[in-house]
Amino acid sequence: MSSDKPGGRTTGLVFSPWNLLLLIPFIVLFTPIYNRRSPELFGMPFFYWFQFAVIIVGVLSTITVYRMTRNKPVRPAAGAAPDVDRLDEGSAE
Amino acid sequence: MQWTELIIFVLLFGLVTVMGFVAARWRAAESLDHLDEWGLGGRKFGSWITWFLVGGDLYTAYTFVAVPALLFGAGAMGFFALPYTIIAYPLVFLPVLRLWSVSRARGYVTPADFVRGRYGSPILALLVAITGIVATMPYIALQLVGLEAVLRSMGFNAAGFLGHLPLLIAFIILALYTYQSGLRAPALIAFVKDILIYIVILVAVIYLPAKLGGWDAIFGAAEDKLTAENPKTGAPFGDILLNSNNQLQYATLALGSAMALFLYPHSVTGVLASRGRDVLKRNMSALPAYSLLLGLLALLGFAAIAAGVTPLTNNATGRPDTNTIIPELFNTQFPSWFAGIAFAAIGIGALVPAAIMSIAAANLWTRNIYKEYIRKNATPKDEAKQAKVASLVVKFGAVLFIVVIDPQYAIDLQLIGGVIILQTLPAVAIALYTKWLHRWALIAGWAVGMGWGMVLLYQIPNPASGRMHFGGSALALDKLNIFGWVPFDGSKVQIYVGFVALIANLLVAVIVTLIIRRMKNVSNGDDDTMGDDYHVDEHDENLRPIAVH
Repeated sequence: MSSDKPGGRTTGLVFSPWNLLLLIPFIVLFTPIYNRRSPELFGMPFFYWFQFAVIIVGVLSTITVYRMTRNKPVRPAAGAAPDVDRLDEGSAE
Repeated sequence: MQWTELIIFVLLFGLVTVMGFVAARWRAAESLDHLDEWGLGGRKFGSWITWFLVGGDLYTAYTFVAVPALLFGAGAMGFFALPYTIIAYPLVFLPVLRLWSVSRARGYVTPADFVRGRYGSPILALLVAITGIVATMPYIALQLVGLEAVLRSMGFNAAGFLGHLPLLIAFIILALYTYQSGLRAPALIAFVKDILIYIVILVAVIYLPAKLGGWDAIFGAAEDKLTAENPKTGAPFGDILLNSNNQLQYATLALGSAMALFLYPHSVTGVLASRGRDVLKRNMSALPAYSLLLGLLALLGFAAIAAGVTPLTNNATGRPDTNTIIPELFNTQFPSWFAGIAFAAIGIGALVPAAIMSIAAANLWTRNIYKEYIRKNATPKDEAKQAKVASLVVKFGAVLFIVVIDPQYAIDLQLIGGVIILQTLPAVAIALYTKWLHRWALIAGWAVGMGWGMVLLYQIPNPASGRMHFGGSALALDKLNIFGWVPFDGSKVQIYVGFVALIANLLVAVIVTLIIRRMKNVSNGDDDTMGDDYHVDEHDENLRPIAVH
């Protein structure tokens, strides 16, 4: 018994290069970059205000990805049948 | 007893109680007798409601009292909550869209429903469901810890059962309106909760530094206190920066917590209740606004040091409770009417997540245990009825936890909960993209990750509290022992246990998959889902109708 659907399509992966922007906020996992006291901002050590700044970077990157991938009609990867009629197949028990 | 605070608290609590009961009629369908309605609010929440609901769900009362308490006690390490919530949204941005679409297309209500459909395996689904319930229960109990910290600061600090009575009353009220209104109740209350929290935090972060001599004075006071020697351990309490041994723990704890966040059943409930993919994308961009709030709130832990706040002694346990430092900070630094608003914000902040968590756990019980194993022919109406009762059971279980057993166990179990929920990542998150991992390999990986994670947690002592076991989630690398092989002997560098257990889980899953593929004749289960299912959106034609009987 094989689980694969005819044509071997099981995931329908779609990828946009804009999605790579989502990697930028992960800079915050590299602690040696910012585990320092100076320069301070409003008396706050660099360690703290740097991470606050990355929140803004994170918001900008997710907003960009959202806007840039919004209006494109999403098409499943090659080999997929585009009609949504098939969705009802077997959906009701 | 502090009457001003109490009156404001009771008034605001009364307001949300009325809202909780009225919520049943809010944008209601003809009947709530379906899990799509009771358990997911009709799957039609738009951007704003989702933002308040998910925000109210993830940033809980316990977060609000525990994160500042962590900075108060240990310094920079407690700030991990910020990178955690920074990376959580970019991390899950794409997977939650797939999860939403496939659940919408197939009518899934829980993450275990998806696993059941994807792998045709009731056993794997059962493991995911049980893991979810076990991880959620202590999390609900912790909301009570947050609520109780506020109640005790207001003067309800009696010993024994009497001390827990206000908590019990608050929870009975919560249980009743959740029973009646389902997910609509916390969704509506979340508006009040978040608006109050925003007001309180913004006022606090402007007012307190001005009062205490600026941020440099606050950080200076924090550094002086934290770097002093802890008489119990002979080492400093902490520092306002990380050191060479805890940086890896900081990063892996943030990453592990971020990966765990949307595996928790209550987060999935919030996601599945939304109307469409656009709503989710917009929310993944807007939810970090709460991170800003959380970061500022965390720094109030240092402000509490500068203000000389001391934790209240909990008369039920006889120990000083560091979770009271934020309530005490508001008690000592602000006029009592404002402290009352702050207390109400935290208290209502406990109700929203507690309601959503109990609904999520009830959905899991109903869909993946009750319907799967106990009553296979249950109708949607039976399911809704069962889930309502289950939500009551779950909440009273959590109350018993706090009243009968030491709250410290709830905190320990929450620690374990984070480690075990991570072990469902391969079966839930990876399965959204590929079915390459075999279902039996996922079960093997889950078992190894769970078992090893538990053993490692058991071995971690906490010298500051004098406990030998379950003393935290930071594992010194030299304790890592793989069948007698110690790869990092002598290293004092710490790492998050959940991360180590997840790597073991993934390794086992890959190796067992490779072995099973060689055997060729082992079924990987029938896959109910199709490629198109993962891209379904709200306006598609022929979309599965919601709440059909």
